[in-house]
Amino acid sequence: MTKITVAVLIIGAFLVYSFVHSQSNSAALTPRLSTETATATSASTSTSSVAAANTPTPTTPVATTPTPAPTTAPTAPATAPASTATASGKYKDGTYTGNVTDAQWGYVQVKAVVSQGKIASVEFVQYPNDRSRSQYINSIADPELISEAIQAQGAQVDIITGATDSSVAFIQSLTNALSQATS
Amino acid sequence: MRQTRLLMGMPITVEILDSEATDQQLDGIFDYFGSVDERFSTYKASSEISRINRGELHPEQYSDDMRTVLALCAETKQQTQGYFEIAHEGLLDPSGLVKGWAIQQAADQLRAGGWRNFYVDAGGDIQVAGTKAGQPWRVGIRNPFRRQENVKVLAITDQGVATSGTAVRGQHIYNPYQPDVPLVEVLSLTVIGPNIYEADRFATAAFAMGRAGIQFIETLAEFEGYLIDADARATYTSGFERYVVQE
Repeated sequence: MTKITVAVLIIGAFLVYSFVHSQSNSAALTPRLSTETATATSASTSTSSVAAANTPTPTTPVATTPTPAPTTAPTAPATAPASTATASGKYKDGTYTGNVTDAQWGYVQVKAVVSQGKIASVEFVQYPNDRSRSQYINSIADPELISEAIQAQGAQVDIITGATDSSVAFIQSLTNALSQATS
Repeated sequence: MRQTRLLMGMPITVEILDSEATDQQLDGIFDYFGSVDERFSTYKASSEISRINRGELHPEQYSDDMRTVLALCAETKQQTQGYFEIAHEGLLDPSGLVKGWAIQQAADQLRAGGWRNFYVDAGGDIQVAGTKAGQPWRVGIRNPFRRQENVKVLAITDQGVATSGTAVRGQHIYNPYQPDVPLVEVLSLTVIGPNIYEADRFATAAFAMGRAGIQFIETLAEFEGYLIDADARATYTSGFERYVVQE
């Protein structure tokens, strides 16, 4: 019950906030929208969401201080998840830095660069390397890690880090064992 | 000026790019690694650590270096929720920390000697300083399946890079909470840190955590990691890519 009350209050506050700022041509940037804020932003007429390229999104939604810019046509990438951009008009060129926001395991702050009326880039001013200074496991933290199949990178190198020779044998053995297990 | 020698059971390479460097100065660094081996090798019966393990020395007889290393081991254990554990079957083996610590000491000696652009590589654990021809040093992460191949090339300056694998000098890193369960899921875990001491000790502890190790690295400020598992998949931390050379 308490959660619902809090959620309603947050949505309500965001709606009022969005409405007030839509009158002054503002935009909010959210790396990722939760259901709650997605609802709120779809009710807003001047909000766009931008998933920053090459930058992992936090698991907590982050709203920046609305930036002083005219309403604009949707500038969010079509591939941005949960994009609900409905704004019209153009942003004003410039660099806009959002509020520092607590994302549970650290503070997050984003900076957007608008060029020729479009969002040219969104980057994190803080995050993820200003994660909690604590060098202990943070049980709340559930950061999103990136995964990929390994593949060779051919660029020239000065030094090599990696498993030592003795473990190579182990790995070859394991590889062999696994190949048998799958055949 | 570059030299490689086999010490502590692994190839150690020191390269100094500053033009005034001499072989004698490199000799001093290798002598230092030799002295560390004499003191901390669990393979040498005459080493201080072996004497401690045989009960021949009382704590008040320990050398300053031994006290320092044991204190650092205790601190690291505390910072890794017990995953960094040097006591095994009643014996102390601080080698999981000594290597990175020794590289760090060697790098500090080079800096104190006035050298600016160099690296120290002990068995694939690396401290770089300065640059090479004005560019960051390029460190390849070896493909554990095909050792002639790199899977990532990193560009780093004044940082440490360490990789923990399934076996070092024939001894396995193990999970202190499940010492009898071999760690087979993760083949290698590479950690970039502010220096090699920090990178190495956290790489060792994180490796003992298995797959969860990469999440542990993610929680550390100023550290990034790249884990390769037995399925030839890599998992890496959110800030890792900024160190990868773009081609």
